[in-house]
Amino acid sequence: MTGAELFIVLFAMIGGAIRVSTPFMFVALGECLTEKSGRINLGHEGNLVLGAMVAYAVSFTTGSPWLGVLAAGGAGLILGAMHGWICALPRVNDIAVGIAFMSFGTGLAFFFGKPFIQPSAPRLEAIGLGDWTGNPAIAQALQVNPLFFVGVALAVFLSWAFANTRWGLILRMTGDSAASARAMGVSIDLVRLLATAAGGFLAGIGGAFLSLYYPGSWNEGLSSGQGLMAVALVIFARWDPIRCVWAALLFGAAGALGPSLQSIGISQGYYFFNAAPYILTLFIMIASARSKSAASDAPGELSIVK
Amino acid sequence: MGAGGRGRDAQGPPPQLSPTRGRSTSGGWPDMAAAKTKATAMTMVSTSAPTTGLSATALRRIEALVIPVGALVGSALVFSVFLLVLGKSPLQFFGLIWTGGFGSAFSVQNTLLRSAPLILTGLAFAIPARIGLTVIGAEGALVLGGFMAAAVAIPLVTGGWAPQIGLPLMALMAMLTGAAWIGLVGWLRHYRGVNETIASLLLSYIAIATMNFFVEGPLRDPASANKPSTMPIGELYRVGPIPGTTVHWGLAAGLVLAVVLHILMTRTTFGFAARMTGGNVRAAQAQGLPVGFLVVGCCAIAGACAGLAGFFEVAAVHGQANASLVAGYGFTGILVAFLARQNALAIVPVAILFGALAASGGLIQRRMEMPDATILVLQGIIFVVLLTSETLYGRIPFLQPRRTGDRT
Repeated sequence: MTGAELFIVLFAMIGGAIRVSTPFMFVALGECLTEKSGRINLGHEGNLVLGAMVAYAVSFTTGSPWLGVLAAGGAGLILGAMHGWICALPRVNDIAVGIAFMSFGTGLAFFFGKPFIQPSAPRLEAIGLGDWTGNPAIAQALQVNPLFFVGVALAVFLSWAFANTRWGLILRMTGDSAASARAMGVSIDLVRLLATAAGGFLAGIGGAFLSLYYPGSWNEGLSSGQGLMAVALVIFARWDPIRCVWAALLFGAAGALGPSLQSIGISQGYYFFNAAPYILTLFIMIASARSKSAASDAPGELSIVK
Repeated sequence: MGAGGRGRDAQGPPPQLSPTRGRSTSGGWPDMAAAKTKATAMTMVSTSAPTTGLSATALRRIEALVIPVGALVGSALVFSVFLLVLGKSPLQFFGLIWTGGFGSAFSVQNTLLRSAPLILTGLAFAIPARIGLTVIGAEGALVLGGFMAAAVAIPLVTGGWAPQIGLPLMALMAMLTGAAWIGLVGWLRHYRGVNETIASLLLSYIAIATMNFFVEGPLRDPASANKPSTMPIGELYRVGPIPGTTVHWGLAAGLVLAVVLHILMTRTTFGFAARMTGGNVRAAQAQGLPVGFLVVGCCAIAGACAGLAGFFEVAAVHGQANASLVAGYGFTGILVAFLARQNALAIVPVAILFGALAASGGLIQRRMEMPDATILVLQGIIFVVLLTSETLYGRIPFLQPRRTGDRT
């Protein structure tokens, strides 16, 4: 591998990391919001796939990709609200319901998505951050989608809101100690319902990115566990929105490894590199389980860390 | 409620050993008795009270039958509304499921053929669930087990070994692979504190990627042009049908394993210790039970079941390992196990029901002009409604034993 090739791989990795990380980031922020309220939603894989389908379908029929993004969020919102409502019933296990919604959301998306596999819908436009360099490889690598910046801004906002607003305080209190929240007269079920619904909205938008920007079309193999990996990512990021962004970029870079090596002709072990994000997630989970700092940052009511 | 007692809200009556939540309703109970009650009485009804009429156990059994059946009926109603909204006839739909699933000798055999892997993957979810783990990685263990069976068959077939030696070796290889794969999930859970649900799903993706890597690379059969596959195992190595039917022996293996595992989980020390661990880990540890061994053991059994399903998919259905192994049996198995309430024997009829759904998929696609994902939607609705129905346990008035103690 020569210096120039290394340079191209590096830029392809950075560009790829930004591209691949955006859906991770939205799902992770949504999951972070949900988990902060003390509940876990494993069903974001379903939200992601349904969001991708709805976004593509709406963009195809109306011609406006941004309307598609909004509709995807709406679909995710409905799934999230259903999850939140069902989990508020006594004796219902939130992890199991998450698995159910994974299957429900994916089933709905495949059912209604059949007619949209062939046609091509208008996609989201990117911002060319590298155009000034005049180097086509760099310019191509630094095509960044506006949703990436929306996600980063959202992470900063959430981080600020968790710490500095009344809503943030109520959310964190519900997540850390349901008893204290109840004593303060807060309706725990309502807070968790809203948090799960908002989390589902964000996960749906993550799906819209998949079908409308990268890979940029709707098919049934579009998502391969991103929704679930984002749950592990939130644990790794220790429930901090800003760290979620960094973790998403790391996962994105791992996911971009295979395609960027392929861009300079190394296709050996393509499937192995495709598995890199899963292996990375697993090792991160092994490393971060039982760590003291993770245990102290975790919301106290969260079933997954108990 | 097979996903175990963890993560339940504080409203559940079973006494927990958690020091922060001393909401035990019967403070003086020894921990052992508390754990045993929860392990055996999965519906969390206090058994200490005298009852009139039916015994508490009988009522609990009726409840455990009525609620899942009710959930199925409820799902059918919800799905009927879905069909009506789309302008399709629910009556035609359910009629076609009957025709396609049980209508003729051919369709019954088709149903049984599809239910064989579902029994095994259902067991793969149910056994860890009894010890309180939500392991959803059966798909990966099935794929990897099937792939390993096909891989080990290559030297056996080219070496001219007799199928009587080769097939058991392949089956053993598949089961060992699956057992190691899911056993790893249990090990990570117990000794490293890694969440087993996420870890098992990640391992599924890794398993599928591993199979793809070998099938498209080192072990690819040059003759498989359109669909990369391993070398065909040949007619001699095929597992034949059960005499008089077209159903392969995987169904028999599933039935035998369901009975054996039911006995193991309900009638042996291992099963009792496992269920007790599922009820209350700390109480089990305090009693000196080998919790680590039990957790890894249950997971390994689960993996072996899924691996065996993979073996039959390769040796009886496909004849080689390729992407067709990723057929979603592992995920449908989760639903099967939930509907069977993690009871190994109940898994058999439930698996047959879902086998019928899968078998009638093609007919529905042709006759009603609906996409093949229709069955996925129905399964998703059943799943959601079923889990929602968990809330009804202990809340249907005429199914509750009368008790003298108070309940918070």
